[in-house]
Amino acid sequence: MIFNKYVREINLGVKNLLLHKLRSFLTMLGVVFGVGSVIAMLAVGEGASKEALDRIRKLGSLNIIINAAKPIEEETATNMRVFMSMYGLLYDDEKRIAESFPSVRKTVPAKVVRKEGRLGDRVMELRVVGTTPDWFELVKRSLVAGRELVRSDITNRKNVVVLTEHGTRKLLATRNTIGEKLRLGGFYFEVVGIIQNAGSVGGDVQTPDEEIDAYIPLVVAQERFGDIFLKRVSGSETRERVELHQIIVEVESTDQVESTATGIETMLKRFHKKTDYRISVPLALLRQAEATKRTFNIVLGSIAGISLLVGGIGIMNIMLASVTERTREIGIRRAIGAKKQQIIIQFLIETVVLSTTGGLIGIGIGLLIPWLITLLAGMPTVVSWFSLILSLGISMGVGIIFGIYPAIRASNLDPIVALRHE
Amino acid sequence: MTLQSVNTNGIAAYLDNVTKHYQMGAQIVRALRGITISFKEGSFWAILGPSGSGKSTMLNLLGCLDRPTSGQYLLSGQDVSVLDDNQLSEMRLRHLGFIFQSFNLIPQSTVEENIQLPLYYQGWDPEKSAERARLLARMVGLEERLNHRPMELSGGQQQRVAVARALANDPAILLADEPTGNLDSSTGQEIMNLLIDLNRQGKTIIMVTHEQYLAEYANHHLYMKDGKIERIEGKRV
Repeated sequence: MIFNKYVREINLGVKNLLLHKLRSFLTMLGVVFGVGSVIAMLAVGEGASKEALDRIRKLGSLNIIINAAKPIEEETATNMRVFMSMYGLLYDDEKRIAESFPSVRKTVPAKVVRKEGRLGDRVMELRVVGTTPDWFELVKRSLVAGRELVRSDITNRKNVVVLTEHGTRKLLATRNTIGEKLRLGGFYFEVVGIIQNAGSVGGDVQTPDEEIDAYIPLVVAQERFGDIFLKRVSGSETRERVELHQIIVEVESTDQVESTATGIETMLKRFHKKTDYRISVPLALLRQAEATKRTFNIVLGSIAGISLLVGGIGIMNIMLASVTERTREIGIRRAIGAKKQQIIIQFLIETVVLSTTGGLIGIGIGLLIPWLITLLAGMPTVVSWFSLILSLGISMGVGIIFGIYPAIRASNLDPIVALRHE
Repeated sequence: MTLQSVNTNGIAAYLDNVTKHYQMGAQIVRALRGITISFKEGSFWAILGPSGSGKSTMLNLLGCLDRPTSGQYLLSGQDVSVLDDNQLSEMRLRHLGFIFQSFNLIPQSTVEENIQLPLYYQGWDPEKSAERARLLARMVGLEERLNHRPMELSGGQQQRVAVARALANDPAILLADEPTGNLDSSTGQEIMNLLIDLNRQGKTIIMVTHEQYLAEYANHHLYMKDGKIERIEGKRV
């Protein structure tokens, strides 16, 4: 192994560096801080972006999410009391999307209603989603107890409800609630299952099941609660007619996501007079987030590069001074029979030991800072092995690059002149 | 005289019409102007002469620290004038030992490490090399000081370490450049006695000095002047 071959040289290098402990320590500070700050910054950045990417991945990279959106012109029109605003996605939209695009594998409609829910003595307003069993395939969450909605619930128009953990908490329900009746807006629904939902962590991307309390079959929602909603906003009362609040579309493969999204947009434009929908493509968001992350990494990389460059120049400076200071020693070694190459290796190993030690201390600091951030600020941080190995490699590289010139200079000293040096 | 006609048998070093010129600015300094001399194995030479006579240049050439401008230098049967830098290092490492006026020990290394230095570059096994260092230290009377640093020793002791180091590689020639120049007369005497002992054991020694009384210890005297050999005196042994 190379290490064994140079073990004596490394020993010698360490010994020489220990002769000037303070100087060696100060010399390696540049690399220490360079490496330390890079690892720490990368860990914080990685932690933040991992969170964002996880959220986006939960939306499904094969999915296109179409949400009903109240057009801006009608937001102002709501002041007129008699007005009933009609907007949103239509039952027909879902059918049309499912039928006209060969790339579409599945479509899932969702209707959101707010209804008072009563379980035993507990009364809460619930966000209830009327949907089809396919929902649970596109928005995959693990079941806590019971079952999801199934086909027969739809065909038999059963009054069944699947609670989310969110809703379970609101109603103070437990696993034992399954089989009990939940009163929703005047109708009794049998609780058949409890399912997890994505916790709301904040951020600009909303997962489809965020803040949903319960799922019921779409047909049931449509029949029991209709399409017209009453909304009370600061004393005034408005009525809205919305057929579907959301359609989730799943395509066959990732390369069809964007073209299908464009197709859907063109189609919706033809059938909707106003823009009362919003299409979001998780894959595009994912790409965007990844691009942002790349930019972030480039910026960090540049900062790292600059600090390591400065650190390296510091090392080179000291090594040049050291070569001058040790001219006599170099002369003695050469006179005794050391080859140029051996002098180069001696000095190069000193710089590499210096910069690598700096790198190791830097890694220590780089591990400590994210740990403290997570501990004290509760921010997620991710230290990647890659960043550790990379920075160790880079600090060794800095030693070699900035050590080679002083080492060559040392080896090129004329032994006769060097011996005469005072 | 050509190379082939020289019998290297019994000859430690042989210079054949050696010149050495230096470029000093626009001027060419002719430090050596045609030196021909042979140094027999087991002889003790003193090179004398005023400053600028070419003594040091001669010693540098003999020590393979430099190459002649013209002429040939045979050391242990090898023509040194054609060697490259690496090969010169190798010659110094295998065949030469240096003793300097100012000791030239490595200050941060211990006595033991200093003595081991030639063996380190020869790639000796650390244990064997340490053993040889102890042996040499005993020979120069410093076995108690193996773990001391040069600064902790007196001048005479430092020079004895230097002698031990010069002997570590069992050189063909021991080159001494004013070995007592930095010592008082009694410690200087000790070093000279050491050299005489070594010579008696068969070591070839070439010593540069300007002190006539020190030259008396040697059995051959080489007087130099203006880069030439002024005269050679042999002493009956």
